[in-house]
Amino acid sequence: MATSTAVSTGMHSGQLPRYSPVGLLLLSLVVMGGLFLVFLLAGMTAAYNITGAIFFGLVLWVVVTYVASLLVEGSRRATDRLVTALVCTAFGIALLPLISLLFTTITRGAARFDVAFFSESMRNVTDSGGGAIHAVVGTLEITLAATVISVPVGLLAAIYLVEYGRGAIARAITFLVDVMTGIPSIVAGLFAFAFFSLITANAGYRAGFGGAVALSLLMIPIVVRSSEEMLKLVPMDLREASYALGVPKWLTVVKVVLPTALAGIVTGVMLSIARVIGETAPLLLVAGYTESMNYNLFDQRMLSLPVFVYTQLTQPGPNQQDFFNRAWAGALTLILIVLLLNVIARLVARFFSPKLAR
Amino acid sequence: MTASTAPAQIRARRRPGDTVFAGAALVGGLLILVALAAVAIFLIVQSLPAFGAKPEEITSTGAFPNFWSYVVPLVFGTIWAALLALLFAVPFSIGIALFISHYAPRRIARGLGAIIDLLAAVPSVVYGAWGIYVFAPFLQPFYAFLTSKLGWFPLFSGPASATGRTILTVALVLAVMITPIITALSREIFLQTPRLNEEAALALGATRWEMISMAVLPFGRAGIVSASMLGLGRALGETLAVAMVLSPSVVVSFFLLRSENPTTIASNIALNFPEAFGTSVNVLIATGLVLFVITFVVNAASRAIVGRRGGGKGI
Repeated sequence: MATSTAVSTGMHSGQLPRYSPVGLLLLSLVVMGGLFLVFLLAGMTAAYNITGAIFFGLVLWVVVTYVASLLVEGSRRATDRLVTALVCTAFGIALLPLISLLFTTITRGAARFDVAFFSESMRNVTDSGGGAIHAVVGTLEITLAATVISVPVGLLAAIYLVEYGRGAIARAITFLVDVMTGIPSIVAGLFAFAFFSLITANAGYRAGFGGAVALSLLMIPIVVRSSEEMLKLVPMDLREASYALGVPKWLTVVKVVLPTALAGIVTGVMLSIARVIGETAPLLLVAGYTESMNYNLFDQRMLSLPVFVYTQLTQPGPNQQDFFNRAWAGALTLILIVLLLNVIARLVARFFSPKLAR
Repeated sequence: MTASTAPAQIRARRRPGDTVFAGAALVGGLLILVALAAVAIFLIVQSLPAFGAKPEEITSTGAFPNFWSYVVPLVFGTIWAALLALLFAVPFSIGIALFISHYAPRRIARGLGAIIDLLAAVPSVVYGAWGIYVFAPFLQPFYAFLTSKLGWFPLFSGPASATGRTILTVALVLAVMITPIITALSREIFLQTPRLNEEAALALGATRWEMISMAVLPFGRAGIVSASMLGLGRALGETLAVAMVLSPSVVVSFFLLRSENPTTIASNIALNFPEAFGTSVNVLIATGLVLFVITFVVNAASRAIVGRRGGGKGI
């Protein structure tokens, strides 16, 4: 390739070589890494500042790329390369919090991620032992109850919007579902508390069921939106073929439309569960905090995993580290549950959805 | 009823099953209307006692003479934190969305989108824990540097918080939390840019950035605004991350780095509700009602922008 650089009228003349972005990136990182090493040796920083090296290395890369391109390729291409570098940097920086967060949770959560954590409650625990079985049970019961409430309502509403809805009512429901997706979770919790404390005439109402109602308020709009999208994807041909055979409309919906969209609906429901299972604020208000196991959804306070993490972190006892270890183990459990739900949901979508001609 | 008239439109026979099923579907839809109305009604009913609350019922110290003097600093803190978060999140989100839609290799673009979506899957209480124990200590040296070198700039005036748990840290955590939402929506919009517009720009000799600034961004402008407002709505209502990271006080303060920070409505409720009793519960519910109204307006405005353009997609 020596010849192509020699001939100045070649196709690639006036351009930086293909490897220049990667090459300059490595060069910038090495230069800044060396500079910070000098800082370290000169005693200006106490420890090697790797974040600073990477950050200023990226800044140097953006500047050097722009200047080099400006000199060789002119201002238009230089701007193009500048934007490319900035866009790539934006993506890279967005990954940093995710990596840091996962790393922190895994390393700090591993200490108490053991059998005792999933088999004991916090009743009468003062030492490093104890666990979160009461919180896990609470989370499962509350989320299950929320799902039982949300899925029928959400699915029926989606069927109404896609198959029956015309005119003002349908428009109003669509608009309000959109608005409902934006309800702050704490407002949902306040509503559930206001509702149940008025109905039961108990100003200090706390029970798992209130939390389930609050969560279903957050869950219903997600179920409606995703089910609606899936029902709309079912080809009109299928419905018309069914009508042509004399099948009533309701049987067409139940026997043809729903089975076709089932995989998508299940995916949507699982993603909505993943969304609400980590909600803390409404459960903190309505379900409250307890150190003991409570299987009864309708009576007494019921702990959930997010509230467990919150209280262990913010109200530690005398041996702080024990509480922090339990909190991080809880956080790790929570992240694993959410990730698992996401993965299963995407697998369901991939393997069980019907192959429609697009 | 005679055969000679033009055939009437054929109507399907209405079977009982149809009536029942259509009725059930309608009930499902109407339940959503009822639920939202119930939210508004119950919050209003439970808020009413708050408007006549005595100073010592609003806070234990009685520092605020009436409800409105209490809620104004909270509203300020809520909007201030959310706007700061938006300031950081929007440029990044647009960059990431462009990276996924127009820069990254086709084959891995979908996977990269899923990685960004992971940020949205992390529960807010975990963000709060990470914010306190990792992010705030990480940022504190920068804050000390900013106050010492750039303290003349009003927002950065010192003394810097010793813990790093300031409104700026909260805004950055919120920015991380709303980035995936804004990114996902902007990405959808960017991918809908008419292919022919992009190809025409490239055929005229535009560089990739010129193509994006001429074809993609003008097409996606309404979408970006609406996605940002949805992100704003999410940031306004975020509770636990703020409640855990911030060291709060009920004040109006623009300083970003001091240890005295304005708190938000949602975090104020979360921190005070478990110990509240009597009228102070009603006061907190009333602040929740104010938050509900603010987020309702922001979300409705965002949906209206999408609706005007047509073809909007929900989350």
